[in-house]
Amino acid sequence: MIYLDNAATTMMKPPCVAEAVTAALTSLGNASRGAHEGALNTNRLLYRTRGKLADFFGCPKSEQVIFTNNSTEALNIAISGTLRPGDHAITTVLEHNSVLRPLYRLQRERGIDLSFVPADRRGLIDYEDFERLIRPDTRAVVCTHASNLTGNLLDIRRIGAIAARHGLLFIVDASQTAGAVPIDMVDMGISLLCFTGHKSMMGPQGTGGLLINGDIEVEPFKVGGTGVQSFLTEQPREYPTRLEAGTLNGHGIAGLSAAVDFIRRMGIDAIRAHEIKLARRFCEAVSAIPGVVTYGDFTTWERCPVVALNIGSADSALVCDALFCDYGIATRAGAHCAPLMHRALHTKAQGAVRFSFGYFNTDDDAEASIEAVCEIAERIGK
Amino acid sequence: MRTKERRLIVAFYTTHDAMAFEDYCLSRGAAGRLIPLPREISAGCGLAWSAPPGDMAALTALLAGAGIAPQHIKEMEI
Repeated sequence: MIYLDNAATTMMKPPCVAEAVTAALTSLGNASRGAHEGALNTNRLLYRTRGKLADFFGCPKSEQVIFTNNSTEALNIAISGTLRPGDHAITTVLEHNSVLRPLYRLQRERGIDLSFVPADRRGLIDYEDFERLIRPDTRAVVCTHASNLTGNLLDIRRIGAIAARHGLLFIVDASQTAGAVPIDMVDMGISLLCFTGHKSMMGPQGTGGLLINGDIEVEPFKVGGTGVQSFLTEQPREYPTRLEAGTLNGHGIAGLSAAVDFIRRMGIDAIRAHEIKLARRFCEAVSAIPGVVTYGDFTTWERCPVVALNIGSADSALVCDALFCDYGIATRAGAHCAPLMHRALHTKAQGAVRFSFGYFNTDDDAEASIEAVCEIAERIGK
Repeated sequence: MRTKERRLIVAFYTTHDAMAFEDYCLSRGAAGRLIPLPREISAGCGLAWSAPPGDMAALTALLAGAGIAPQHIKEMEI
């Protein structure tokens, strides 16, 4: 199989990640549930990994690195834990449902009001729209670092500066960029960063995190056992315990920790250069094929290694299936959980076929995919 | 059961502080280990640092060096 669905999850992981998970499966006890070596080893793992992640993302306090199961959980905690009844929040049409649905739910349940920064047919936004949409009751800007459909990057530093100027919380969904694009929370003005471990971080599924920059009160999304302060009837207020009820995924976090080490060793810039080289080669070749339409802004390669396309008016699902059945190429078709982005691109009916490149893809993978798209386009054109 | 002995016990507000202190002490070769929090001390964290008795000044210097405010420090027999 040629795996080009890395924006969904990186299927190929560094060997050190698998080794770390395997070792953890037979050596880790339950953190904070005992003081024997098994439990302490997990506490030590969590402590070290929080430190690595704080350093990796420029979060000033490692105790404000909260482990979650994925970005969606982190976003639910961040959004639900900070927005209050009657607040106004600004987001964009680029968002994944992991941002949209928590916001829609608070719209229904807490009466929060939402404004959306629109995008054009290339998926580009006007940054001045953030300023224009700010109101006296605006509490937060919630937006993605990159569209999971087009791969367009947003200028997070610029949005962060706007949020800071108006005293707003800035919640960033880094699902597509964590591990692929350098992120520094302080430099970019990010208040709350939500990431997943299983995409460009190259860690196991079931890992992720929420990082909190500064003295921000985030109310718990879930409450329960913490192993500490057992006689309190409420969740302890100290971070990270406040937001980490229940046993953590220690085995997965062992893999995530190894994945951070791997990215550090390889260098995020080198990883990024390789992925972008493949995406660029693929994009430039398929864009020249008659009938192929790509979506996104390809005037710059300051973007994610994602190329979404359609061939003529063919259903994206059929093209995706042909790619896999006839060529063994794994891509993703359909709506990609990004309904507003598809509306902006006018692809709601057709969907799009998304090719997303990863560190373990090769030049041959890109060439084989170009050939496959060319052949399918010829078949469709006949 | 092992025989009771006097120890300097540090209780912490959070588990994160406990782990940070262990990391700090180990990196400096300071004697001690994490133990379950003795029941007669009430603290936010279920772990406590158990250090050899007698040198409270050295222990408080280590805590200061690690930037950790303890919830309690007590010399006791455990």
